[in-house]
Amino acid sequence: MRREALTGNQAVAMAVMYSDVKFVAAYPITPQTSIVEKISYFVEKGLMKAKFVNVESEHSALAMTYGAALGGVRSFTATSSHGLLYMHEWVHWASRSRVPLVMAVVTRTIGPPWNIWPDHSDYMDQRDAGWIMLFAMDAQEAFDMTVQAFRISEDERVFLPVMVGLEGFIVGGTTMSVALPDEESVKEWVGERRQPFVFDGSANITLGNLASPEDTYILHRNIHEDLLRSIEVIKEIEKDYSETFGLPYIGPVETVGEKESSYAVISMGAWSGDLAEAIKQLGRNDVSLYRIRVYRPFPCKELRQALSRKNGIVVFDRSISFGSFGPLYMDVKACLDSEYTNVVNVIGGLGGVDHSLGEYVSVLRKILGEMDREEKLEKQIWMEVSR
Amino acid sequence: MSTSESRFPVSRPALGAGGATGAWRTKKPIINISLCVYCGLCDVYCPTSSITVLTRERKIEVNYDYCKGCGLCASVCPRKAITMVEE
Repeated sequence: MRREALTGNQAVAMAVMYSDVKFVAAYPITPQTSIVEKISYFVEKGLMKAKFVNVESEHSALAMTYGAALGGVRSFTATSSHGLLYMHEWVHWASRSRVPLVMAVVTRTIGPPWNIWPDHSDYMDQRDAGWIMLFAMDAQEAFDMTVQAFRISEDERVFLPVMVGLEGFIVGGTTMSVALPDEESVKEWVGERRQPFVFDGSANITLGNLASPEDTYILHRNIHEDLLRSIEVIKEIEKDYSETFGLPYIGPVETVGEKESSYAVISMGAWSGDLAEAIKQLGRNDVSLYRIRVYRPFPCKELRQALSRKNGIVVFDRSISFGSFGPLYMDVKACLDSEYTNVVNVIGGLGGVDHSLGEYVSVLRKILGEMDREEKLEKQIWMEVSR
Repeated sequence: MSTSESRFPVSRPALGAGGATGAWRTKKPIINISLCVYCGLCDVYCPTSSITVLTRERKIEVNYDYCKGCGLCASVCPRKAITMVEE
């Protein structure tokens, strides 16, 4: 397979071109800009046969992407942080309309204070919207997940929008060697555009009309149930992708280390690499890392299997639900049976803080030591930061 | 509106989805055929699509099963060909 040196953002742009996307509307925002910059270059050079619209705001960016998707074409947009918050109304419109489309979210802290560095606060803010939410840890995954996202979104069992998360700068802006399948084979694999209904003026149909509370209830319950069932579709599509292009299948949760270990560390995104390295440095083979790649639907069944008979679980969150816990921790806790009491939430990396390997080693040594000695545990621990 | 679908929030127009609303009427539109020029303005304005005008065929028809008697047709008619009459 051909390899190319790409940043995470460039990998997403390539995936969009390879997936035969016909419409892109976007508004630039750091650290997302280089995705749509690259796409606009592809369109301008005639490499990608698509319409690119530079809109006046993110609210319009997703609204137009949505409109084009309703109209029957494969559509894409990308954003970050305040741009994502500005389009939040349309995030709900897209999922509650059951319109297939794909958006890349290059994560960045929400201000104030003004901050362009990555954490997961913007991404997590979308967690209850009814989208399928994937999260990549490097440029290769950003490419693979984006291609798969179109197939997942347009699968008739799903028909929901898909968000692909990747951290700004650390993933979006750093370069790695990415294995690229042949463009034509990717186009063929993604296939023809599929959607539940088309608004092209040919049928008497309206969307978003007033409905009874009961009709609304049933529609919303169906979003939830289809989303829960979609985990099998996501696995099936990733398997098909990896078999077709000869790439490894990872699944919704990646395990690093022994399956039968006593302790689990759970994380999502690029810092999982630091955590894997920290576990190695600790020299403990009774600790394994579980990396969440599919955040919505939350892979409850997969995690329950992976975490059965663990003596202790440490969940790393790169965002905080102010006044409560990290979102990942809350999801993990909700999935586990009540006998799991040794579950600790570590909060870190907010505002883009880059903790050192030594800091991960020391926080893990402290918590695992307490678990070894069966001491009383603090439920929430914040990584230390020196200014 | 009738939401026939349970997965998608779309609706398709259906006759009488809200019931036979003709029973709500207190006044009834009566058309004076000798004044009507079949312009179709009443048809366009009728909120329940209860008047059908076929200009070429010179036909006008009111569906009294669904006409609620709102009187919009009478007020927009340029020829004053429609009169609202107590039921």
